[in-house]
Amino acid sequence: MPSITEIDTIQSTDSKMKKLVGPAIATLVPVIGFALAIHVYSNELLLTYMAIYVALAQGVNIMYGFTGYLPFGYFGFFGIGAYVSGLVMLDYNFPPVLAVVIGGVGGALVGAILLPLFRLRGAYFAIGTLAASEAIYTIVANPSLQSVTNGPYGLNLANYYSSGMAYGSAIALVAISIIAVSYVRGSRFGLTLKAIRDDPYSASMAGVNVPRQRFYAWLISAAIAGMAGSIFGWATSVFYPQAVFDSSLSVLAIVFALFGGVGSVWGPTIGAILLYSVYNAIGISNPQYFQLIYGAVIVLLVLFAPRGLLGFWNFIAQKLSSKRKKND
Amino acid sequence: MLFEYAIVGGVLLGIFYALLSVGLNVVFGAQKIINLAHGDIIMLGGYAAWELYQTYKISPIISTIIVVPITVVLGYILNRLIAPRLAKASDPEMLSLILFFGLSEVIEALSSLVFGNAERSLPVSSIPTAPLKLFGQAYPADWWVSALVAIPLLAIFLLFLYRSSVGLQVRAVISDSVEAAVAGINARRVSGLYFGIGFALAACAGVWGVFIFGGVSPTEGPAITVTAFAIIVFGSLGNPIGTLVAGIIFGIFYQLAQVYIPSWSNLVPYALVIATMLTRPQGLFGRRQRVA
Repeated sequence: MPSITEIDTIQSTDSKMKKLVGPAIATLVPVIGFALAIHVYSNELLLTYMAIYVALAQGVNIMYGFTGYLPFGYFGFFGIGAYVSGLVMLDYNFPPVLAVVIGGVGGALVGAILLPLFRLRGAYFAIGTLAASEAIYTIVANPSLQSVTNGPYGLNLANYYSSGMAYGSAIALVAISIIAVSYVRGSRFGLTLKAIRDDPYSASMAGVNVPRQRFYAWLISAAIAGMAGSIFGWATSVFYPQAVFDSSLSVLAIVFALFGGVGSVWGPTIGAILLYSVYNAIGISNPQYFQLIYGAVIVLLVLFAPRGLLGFWNFIAQKLSSKRKKND
Repeated sequence: MLFEYAIVGGVLLGIFYALLSVGLNVVFGAQKIINLAHGDIIMLGGYAAWELYQTYKISPIISTIIVVPITVVLGYILNRLIAPRLAKASDPEMLSLILFFGLSEVIEALSSLVFGNAERSLPVSSIPTAPLKLFGQAYPADWWVSALVAIPLLAIFLLFLYRSSVGLQVRAVISDSVEAAVAGINARRVSGLYFGIGFALAACAGVWGVFIFGGVSPTEGPAITVTAFAIIVFGSLGNPIGTLVAGIIFGIFYQLAQVYIPSWSNLVPYALVIATMLTRPQGLFGRRQRVA
């Protein structure tokens, strides 16, 4: 059996060039789409949120799609990002774009602090991260910390508002998240992650440093959520802690990713854009109906299409092509 | 003075919390299903109590009994619908988590459509008793009445599990469903029934949750699920007696935090679940080896 290194070197430069085309299209199409959309549809805040959700769905994809660890408490990084970037803007007068990057670093730092959670497996990890994020929320929003975080009263970033910049940053984040996913998917790193997901014991026998590889995926994922939260806070300009530490943020990101299909580059992008549009069409005026729809979507996905839209699509394509072959 | 108040109040509430969480452990029991809709079943129990009292003037004590057969049947049917699909999955625990998460969203959405988003509460006069006076402190009627209702319920449940022949079958299925089936036990039916009992225990707790939580609203489910999960992990997964002890310890911790550091008391369940998972994943009474 060839080891992972050998597989990596077997690939010719020609196929490497080909391998770049797919990710480039997967990154450029949504980026150009978002850049053009603003000229057609003028609600910039809404488009910003949609871009943020694409990034979040891709962040969930890196974690769940490639390691099998479901980050139920993903919103914790989002909220930390919003607070860290908001506070460095307010307290130290950092320029917003730099603050967004620092928000990402903040998310990754919290990810590093939560590293012990990786001692848990599967469902326990999911609930452990949820509990950790709720704990972070309780701490940040605590009235006793009002002098530091302004407690339950949230942050006001209205002075830093700049319409084009926040949207531009959101698009850049979409690009970053999709490039990260494409990189993870095509690289040796992604291969080791998949090996870990499918069989951690064999992977570690084959010389994969299981905890370290998982940790990198976790950090990337946390940094994306941190930056997403920073842009959210910046674009929203006034927010309360419960708006950025909202468990429905991770819920939606997970649903979008699962709906499109995790483990793929396109799936979460398509899932987030489609479902977030549905959310805007009916979810804002009638949130219960939207909740009903996505709840039912999850149940149906789990029972009938565990690999999402893309998995379903591949399944149909396979059926069709095998039929065609039979006819020939 | 405050200290005694926190301890006695903690024990009373702890008995309620034991009832609140034991259903989650029971549902986990036979098929390793993680019921993220647990809090939503509790919420539905609360609405049942509200409707029964407001429309038919039925006392919550009677409602506690009424909800049992309905939820056992519903749970049994649901279990038979989903269990075959979950059994085929490569990671049934994870899949059940996502599935019940979806179910939780559906229940929450339907409840807010049917009952509206406003919180509903029942007057304390619906429990015809006075506050309990003990050691010079008064404890609200709902605290001790809910504990008084929970004790026989939990006793009946434990007698069923450890002293009845069906309970013996349940324990056989939990320890090894294939062996149990070989011994002539209808494992599917038994685990379906046990699952239904888990739902019923949750609904019973929901009836009293209306008082303890000060009302019932469609969005209360997930927070309750996390609290219940913290308690069952603390007291060991799959071990109902562990859950009872853990519920009481949790009640005392929570009351102590409420009395001495009120603004941090919400941190108690989260700290408990994380600390347990990291330091003693098998829980307080973990006999079975499992790496959570």
